Amino acid sequence: MRDLFIQAAYLAASVLFILGLKSLTKPDSARRGMQQAAVGMLLAVVGTLVNHEIVDYRWIAVGLGVGALIGYPLGMFVPMTAMPQRIAISHMFGALAATLVGIAEYHTHRLDLPRARVAALGFEVLFGSLTITGSFMAFAKLQELIRGKPITFPGQNVFNLLLFGGAVTCFGFLVANPAQPAVFYGMIAIALAIGILMVLPIGGADMPVVVSLLNSYAGLAASATGFALGNTVLIICGALDGASGFLLSVLMSKAMNRSFRNVLFGAFGGDTAVKGIKSAEGLVAREISVEDAALRLAYASRVIVVPGYGMAVAQSQHQVRELAELIERRGGEVKYAIHPVAGRMPGHMNVLLAEANVPYDRLYDMDEINPQFEQADVALVIGANDVVNPAARNDPSSPIYGMPILNVDQARSVIVLKRSMNTGFAGIENELFYDERTSMLFGDAKSSLTKLVTEVKSI
Amino acid sequence: MSATFVIELYVFVLAGFVGYQVITRVPPLLHTPLMSATNAISGISLVGSLVAAGSRQGTVSTVLGVIAVASATINVVGGFLITDRMLKMFHRADATPAKGPSAK
Repeated sequence: MRDLFIQAAYLAASVLFILGLKSLTKPDSARRGMQQAAVGMLLAVVGTLVNHEIVDYRWIAVGLGVGALIGYPLGMFVPMTAMPQRIAISHMFGALAATLVGIAEYHTHRLDLPRARVAALGFEVLFGSLTITGSFMAFAKLQELIRGKPITFPGQNVFNLLLFGGAVTCFGFLVANPAQPAVFYGMIAIALAIGILMVLPIGGADMPVVVSLLNSYAGLAASATGFALGNTVLIICGALDGASGFLLSVLMSKAMNRSFRNVLFGAFGGDTAVKGIKSAEGLVAREISVEDAALRLAYASRVIVVPGYGMAVAQSQHQVRELAELIERRGGEVKYAIHPVAGRMPGHMNVLLAEANVPYDRLYDMDEINPQFEQADVALVIGANDVVNPAARNDPSSPIYGMPILNVDQARSVIVLKRSMNTGFAGIENELFYDERTSMLFGDAKSSLTKLVTEVKSI
Repeated sequence: MSATFVIELYVFVLAGFVGYQVITRVPPLLHTPLMSATNAISGISLVGSLVAAGSRQGTVSTVLGVIAVASATINVVGGFLITDRMLKMFHRADATPAKGPSAK
């Protein structure tokens, strides 16, 4: 009877989780769907607590209390700009839980484990351990606790491959001889090292892929826990998580025109990055005054705003929204063009703009907005560079050739808000800035936007 | 290969398939909430952690179990809260009266 209740709770939880994820396909239904998923989680926990294997609730209460105390501020007070590192650190917690459960299982039953179970436990701690350190490294880079630039050393890839080979060997050995704790713990140590070394050579701009990939690994670790404990709800959730992370990392790689292999082994985006083939010599960028820019925006009937990471860094989302509202009040139409890797994680830019009260039906994906640039009177580029570089489309010798970009160069006129003429993350010159239809408004994005708002108001 | 394992494999593959189908339809607009949502859901490791922490299988199991319970709870509590906080911010233009004439 009790088992029946537990299984029913798990089944209900699984259904609610899937419905919750399904609700995320529409912004209007998303919130309620996720609240139902939270109810599903509560059901699963209550179901587990009545399990007859659990005889002592004191320590459980301590764990739940501590977790809730740390989780609450992580949920309520972390600013939206810090979302990428917040997600990275939570992958660490998820993987930590899976790994520790795996170790506890192994430790308790180490002398009488069947092979299949050891294999599941092996997967669990392998994926778990490398996700723990990998996510922590990603967190540290995003939080700027350590240098965000790629850290490389000679023979890095060979060394990593050797480590990986070592971990696989340990795994094979364990499946053949389950009762070898030294090998088990050795494998964990190697996997922890792999996690660190895997993220070291990856630069800040590649973080969207890495964070997504770690999401997938954390899911696989949870799934393996399910196999090890014979618990289907864990298998299901892990699979959902794994699929989601995998899909997002593929999407992100595509958006950056990079293969997985290239992201993981390439160490792109640092001092070693390829220098632009085309130099800017002999080209002149046209500067525009705040007054002229304001005039052009005020009388435009179609404006497309292209926010880049520079806008997020300058924290100028609110000024952007204010400017957009002023233009709309004067009868113009404002749309936002969001490149898939505009932020530091998938969808980050959308969240930042939504937080600044920009309605989500004004936010357009790259594929939706690209055909509309031709009709736009002004494209306002704020702190974006590589994602609007036409070289990706028409210069086969450019390192970013083939990367999907926003077709800003097709707009009737372009205003670029930029701090200076410095090259972007990839260190490549951007010919858009020298185009005759482009005007540059130099300065900090926030102060430029504030001045624009004042100017447009006074027109 | 035991029958249970085969069934579990079925569950894994089918769940992965369902996940893939559902998640391909999530628009890029909501990719960040999607990540925090899957994060909250992966807090389901709590289920395994609770058993390890509460089944009196020795000190090692209890200690590791309690840390695991705390970690998983962080994800559950923090994950669902932050997802809700984000989703709350997404609204349509017509839902804000302070807006100008709606575009399109």
